Amino acid sequence: MGERSTLMKDFWRGGELFVWMTASGVALSLLMVAGMLGLIMINGLGQFWPGALQETTLRTQETVIGQVVGEEVIPNSVTPDSPAGQRRFRYRVGNRDVFGSEYRWIDASDMVSSARPEDLTVVERREWGPAFGRIMVGVEGAATGSASGSSWTTVKTLVERANQLRRRIEHLEREEIGSINYRIEKARLARHALTLSGRLAPADAEKDQRLLDQMTALERDYLAKTEALERLHKEAGQEVLFLTLSTGRSVRLSLDQVLAVSRPNGMHWVEKLLAYVQNLWLFVSSEPREANTEGGIFPAIFGTVLMVFLMTLAVMPFGVMAAVYLREYATQGPLVRLVRIAVNNLAGVPSIVFGVFGLAFFVYALGGTIDQWLFPEALPNPTFGTGGILWASLTLALLTVPVVIVATEEGLSAVPRDFREGSLGLGATKFETLRHVILPCALPGILTGLILAMARAAGEVAPLMLTGVVKLAPALPLDEYLPFLHLDRKFMHLGFHIYDVGFQSPNVEAAKPMVYMTTLILILVVVLLNWAAVRLRNRLRRRFTASAV
Amino acid sequence: MDIQTRSLSPTAPALSLRPTVPQPRLARPHEAHGTSVDAKVLVRNLDFYYGQRQALFRVSLTVRTHSVTSFIGPSGCGKSTLLRCLNRMNDLVEGARAVGRVELDGVDIYDPAIDVTDLRKRVGMVFQKSNPFPKSIYDNVAYGPRLHGTKDKRSLDELVQHSLQGAGLWDEVKDRLMQSALGLSGGQQQRLCIARALAVQPDVILMDEPCSALDPIATGKIEELIYTLKDTYTVVIVTHNMQQAARVSDQCGFFLMGELVEFGDTKTIFTTPHDKRTEDYITGRFG
Repeated sequence: MGERSTLMKDFWRGGELFVWMTASGVALSLLMVAGMLGLIMINGLGQFWPGALQETTLRTQETVIGQVVGEEVIPNSVTPDSPAGQRRFRYRVGNRDVFGSEYRWIDASDMVSSARPEDLTVVERREWGPAFGRIMVGVEGAATGSASGSSWTTVKTLVERANQLRRRIEHLEREEIGSINYRIEKARLARHALTLSGRLAPADAEKDQRLLDQMTALERDYLAKTEALERLHKEAGQEVLFLTLSTGRSVRLSLDQVLAVSRPNGMHWVEKLLAYVQNLWLFVSSEPREANTEGGIFPAIFGTVLMVFLMTLAVMPFGVMAAVYLREYATQGPLVRLVRIAVNNLAGVPSIVFGVFGLAFFVYALGGTIDQWLFPEALPNPTFGTGGILWASLTLALLTVPVVIVATEEGLSAVPRDFREGSLGLGATKFETLRHVILPCALPGILTGLILAMARAAGEVAPLMLTGVVKLAPALPLDEYLPFLHLDRKFMHLGFHIYDVGFQSPNVEAAKPMVYMTTLILILVVVLLNWAAVRLRNRLRRRFTASAV
Repeated sequence: MDIQTRSLSPTAPALSLRPTVPQPRLARPHEAHGTSVDAKVLVRNLDFYYGQRQALFRVSLTVRTHSVTSFIGPSGCGKSTLLRCLNRMNDLVEGARAVGRVELDGVDIYDPAIDVTDLRKRVGMVFQKSNPFPKSIYDNVAYGPRLHGTKDKRSLDELVQHSLQGAGLWDEVKDRLMQSALGLSGGQQQRLCIARALAVQPDVILMDEPCSALDPIATGKIEELIYTLKDTYTVVIVTHNMQQAARVSDQCGFFLMGELVEFGDTKTIFTTPHDKRTEDYITGRFG
C-alpha cells in the first residue's frame, strides 16, 4: 500500500496530469479549428464540380433528371420488412420556374431504372437557376430535332456568340450609357447649383447655357446609344434553344438568357477539373446575380478589403498618437489609469452600439452637415448623409482603436530603458528620442495592434449594417470617374453577404453552398491580410533585434 | 545648436539656444572664472532624494579638467546617483530631487533656465549596459551630430571616422559601417557607445560601470581608451572594480551609504587612506 501511495503522490506532484490537461486543451482547439475549416470546405468547394446528371425512371413511369446531392434513411421507416430502413435520395432537378422547387426527394423503392445518358445538358441561366434536360436548336417558331452529335457544337457556338453579344450589351449599358448618365447627372446638379439661390445671376447665365447645351448633346448621344442597344437586344433574342425536360415538355430558351451549357456526363475528368477551376474563378471574379444566390462575390471581396484598408488608415494615426501620449507624456496617475480602464472597456462594448453611434454621429450629424455645406444641389438626396464606405470604415476604426492603443502602449513599454537613456544622454530631446529611437523600436508592437484590429474589423458585420453595407451595390467604391475613390458610396461586404445569402434569399436551399463558399473566402481574406501584416512585422522585428554575435 | 560653434573665438557669444531671453549659460573652459582654472565640475553640499528616501548626503567634490576621476563604493552607496546628477539624467526618475549646487565650468547646472539637452551635449554618458541603438554602426555614431544639426555628408563621415578612431574601434568596423550595431561583440558595442558619446564632442564623459559586463580583454581595451581620453576630455567613472579605479583614475572618491567618505588622489586613497572605513573597503574587509 505504501508503494502505491508513493506512486500516486509522485503522480500528483510531478504534474503529469496537468501536462496532459494542457496538451489536450491545445489538441481540442486545433481539432475545432480543423473541423470548422473542413466543414466549410467540404460544403463549399463541392458546388463547382460539374456533377453527373442522373436520369431515373420511377414506378409511376415518370422520369426525373437531376443531380443526386444526398441520401438518407427515411425517418421512422424501420419496419419488420426492412430492418435497415428505407433509403431515399435527394435530387437537384433544377428548372425552378417549371417545377416550383429545385430539390426533390425520391424514395429508393420507387425507382425502376437509372442511367447517365451523355446528351443530358446543364443550362446555366440568367434567371431561375440551372435547367436540366435535352437541348435542341431552333429559330423563333419551330424546333428542329434533338441536338446531338454535330448539332451540339452548333449549340455551343450559339451560346458562345450569345455571350459575346451579352458582353457587348453590358459594355454599352454600363460603360458608355453609364458614363453618359453620370455626366448628365453632373451637369444637372451643376445647373441646379447655379440656381440654388433662387434666381440665376446674370454672370452665370452663359455658364448655364453652356451646361444646357452640353446636356442636350449628351442626351442626343444617349438616344443613339439606346438605339444601338435595342438593336443588339433584338439580335440576341433572335435565336432560341429548346430544352426537353424530364416530363417531355419542351421549353423555349431565349439565347440571351443562357450563360453556359455543359454535358457533365460526357466530360473527361480533366475537362471537369478545368470546368471546376473556371467556375471557381468566375465565383471570385464576377458579380452576383439573382438576389446574390448565383454568380460571384467580387464586389463583396472588394468592399471588404477596401473597407479594412480605409479603417487602417483612420485607426493607426489616432491609436498610435493616443498611446504615445498616454505612455510617454501624460503624468502617470489616477486620471491616466481611469482613461486606460475606459479604453479597455471600450473594447468590450458590443459592436452594434458602435453601429448606432456611427449612424447617429457620422451618418446623420456629420454626413448631414457635409451635405448641407458641400452638396446642397443634390438635396434632398443625401450624398454623405447616408450610409457609405467612409462612415462604415470610421465606425470600425472607432471600434478597433482600443486594440491599437493597448498594443501600442505595450510596444512602447517594451522598448528598453537603455535606449531612452542612451538617446537622452546624447542631448536628444524627448521628442527626438521618441521619433528616432522609441517609435521605430515599438513598430512591431504597433503592427501587432494593426493585425488584431484588421482581424476584428474584417469579421464585423453588425455596425456595418447600420452604416453603409447593402445587399447589392450598383457600383464599386473605386472606378474611373473622378475622384476615383467614392467614399460616399454604399458597398458590399463578405460578412453581410453571408447573412444575406443564407437567410434573406428566396432560394435558401440552393444558396447553401454559396454561404459556405463565401465564408471560406472571408476566412481567406482575413488570413491573407493578417499574413501580410505579420510578414511586415517579422521583417521589422528582425531588423531591430538582430542578436549579438 | 551646432557643434561647429565650439571653435568660435572667445569673444563670440557662447552657447545660447534662446538668445532673446537672458539666461545663465554654460560657460566654456576659457571663460571660467571664480574657481581654480582646472576645476571642471564642482559639487557643493549636494543632497539628493528619490521621493522620501535620501540617497546623497552633503556631497562636495571637485573634478579636475583633463583627468580621470573614479567613484568607488559598495552597491547602493550613491556613486551612480551622483554620476547621474552631473548630467541631470536623474531628472527622468519620477520624484527625484537635488538640493545643493553642481557647477560645470562655474555655472550651476540645476538652474531652471539651463537647457538640459545642451548640458547633456556637453556632458556625455556611457552606460553600464552597452546600449547601441538598433541601427547601423554609422547611424549610431552619427545619431548625436545629426540631431544637433550636422547634415553635411562629408563632415558627418569625418566625424564618424574620427569618433570611431577615438574609441579605438575604427579598424575593426571600417568595412561594415552600414551593418547593424547589434552584430558587434559586447566590448565592441561598449566602445561604440563611447564613440557615439565622443561624436557629440562633449567636454566631460561620464561612465557608469562601463566594464561590468565585459570580459578581461575587452575591459583592458576600454581602460586603455579611458587613459587616452583624458588628454581631450574630462572623465568621471563609476566602478566596482578597485583595481580598475587604481589603474585608470587620477582622483578617487569612496562612497558609503550616500556619503562621500573620502576624496583625493587615487594614489593616496589606495596607499594611505585617512578614513578607517576606506581602508577596510579597499583591503576587502567588507563591502
